[in-house]
Amino acid sequence: MSTDLRDLYQEVILDHSKRPRNFRSMPEADRRAEGYNPLCGDRETVFVDMDGDVVKDVSFQGAGCAISTASASMMTESVKGRTRAEAESLFERFHDLIVGKGGESGDESSQLGKLAVFSGVREYPVRVKCATLPWHTLKAALDGDGGKVSTEDEGPKAESGGA
Amino acid sequence: MSTAVREAGTTTAYDVAAIRRDFPILSLRVYGKPLVYLDNAASAQKPRAVIDAERDVYERGYANIHRGVHYLSVHATDHYDAAREKARAFLNAEEAHEIVFVRGTTEAVNLVAQTWGRANVRAGDEILITALEHHSNIVPWQMLCDEKGARLAVAPILDSGEVDLAALERLLTPRTRMVSIAHLSNALGTVLPVKRIAELAHAAGALVFVDGAQAVPRMPVDVRGLGVDFYAFSSHKVYGPSGVGVLYGRTELLDAMPPYQGGGDMIRSVTFEKTTYNSLPYKFEAGTPNIAGGIAFGTALDYVTGLGLARIEAHERDLLAYATESLAAIPEVTVVGTAPEKAGVLSFVLQGVHPHDIGTVLDREGIAVRTGHHCAQPVMDRFGLPATARASFGLYNTREEVDVLAGGIRTVLRMFR
Repeated sequence: MSTDLRDLYQEVILDHSKRPRNFRSMPEADRRAEGYNPLCGDRETVFVDMDGDVVKDVSFQGAGCAISTASASMMTESVKGRTRAEAESLFERFHDLIVGKGGESGDESSQLGKLAVFSGVREYPVRVKCATLPWHTLKAALDGDGGKVSTEDEGPKAESGGA
Repeated sequence: MSTAVREAGTTTAYDVAAIRRDFPILSLRVYGKPLVYLDNAASAQKPRAVIDAERDVYERGYANIHRGVHYLSVHATDHYDAAREKARAFLNAEEAHEIVFVRGTTEAVNLVAQTWGRANVRAGDEILITALEHHSNIVPWQMLCDEKGARLAVAPILDSGEVDLAALERLLTPRTRMVSIAHLSNALGTVLPVKRIAELAHAAGALVFVDGAQAVPRMPVDVRGLGVDFYAFSSHKVYGPSGVGVLYGRTELLDAMPPYQGGGDMIRSVTFEKTTYNSLPYKFEAGTPNIAGGIAFGTALDYVTGLGLARIEAHERDLLAYATESLAAIPEVTVVGTAPEKAGVLSFVLQGVHPHDIGTVLDREGIAVRTGHHCAQPVMDRFGLPATARASFGLYNTREEVDVLAGGIRTVLRMFR
């Protein structure tokens, strides 16, 4: 495998894509949302169980590529036990990281923790949507509209670029 | 004329090495690897002759067409009309005025749906398509049906990707006005029995529209031999510029159809009270078209005609058979679309690897394939897949490139296993 590809498909990412954590349905969850990327056909459902303002439990189900599955898996690990505001702020930093905004400061990486392994995505613009689909879906679930989100709902912003 | 064509004049050998030299982009390296371009069903690369033809128009022969008395306008008009005549001969249509220039196959479907369809389809009528159609041969008919209160009927496909002909025959009713089908499926590679379907449709009193976007670059097409009423294809898939395409329609049908868009070139006379429309095909060609692209499209038709569509077909048949065999040797590969009559397109999935990841890894090996739903979501749903990877061949691809693809797939498997 080329070095470039190793930057994208880091061991941690491959591990989470093959053995996704919190990959289960949560019928008792008080919030859920479905995410869909029409360009590659990926679909996933994110389940969130809140305790007041805190994400008590979070899980996901669905079918997606390695990047999207690993992103969902690591997202569930990262936001569990956090407040809603913390989860949303994490998404913002994560988003900045993978679109290459805000530089590569060590400060940024340390705040993102393990999620920093997704930094290689910035070299693959067409894969940005794969990495953000679970996060958009989580946000829809937290917003409590129980609806569906699509990677194509955002308009031609930073994440443009198709399959 | 290309080196390959000149050499082919004295021998029947298909000299793919010489043909490749006609295509400047094929010597490109991507990520340090030789380009292996296997996305021809999405769009084909252009031979030097086509690139030169388009540049030549702008350097030596450009002005607006059908308007001026001056030298350049006459020159450009002559060349543009010559391209129309080339398209007529290419499809074996009877008259050059049966060739309507459009932007591409998609616009051709929309043109027929919006003109013939609006004038002829009524509430309760039916349009019959098949389950393997590209979105561009679904949505325009759906829009027409919604507007008219008509029904869109869909002939199912079998697990092999063949159209279920018996079911199609049952779906033909006295209310069926149009049967609109692909000649060759872009997602599965299935070649449809167009002549047989046209006979069935006509026996039921329906017309036949054929989306020939994938077939035209890959096999000889004779619209009169096939017995179809409309046939459409795109220049960019047959090695010509993008933004140009052809709608063929029988004279009596085109004559009876209302115009498509209003504007210049499509009129004979205009007053504020009444406009009389121009003759065929100009009635359907409002506005200044892609003049240089149209002329270079004619050059692309010369190029493939020079090589011979039957020889291109044989070459691609060999490649598809070799690729099918090479991929079958990899146990994790499942080919999607196994009809006995196939051409040019090989869709596949890998056990445990999402097509998107296949595409990214192959890309870094220099291999361009398409991954996704191929604008045929109903086909993906039919097979219960979110997406496939698709290798599609062109007249310049080689067995060695198929070997590179098979090697690339093994790299993918090593990585994700």
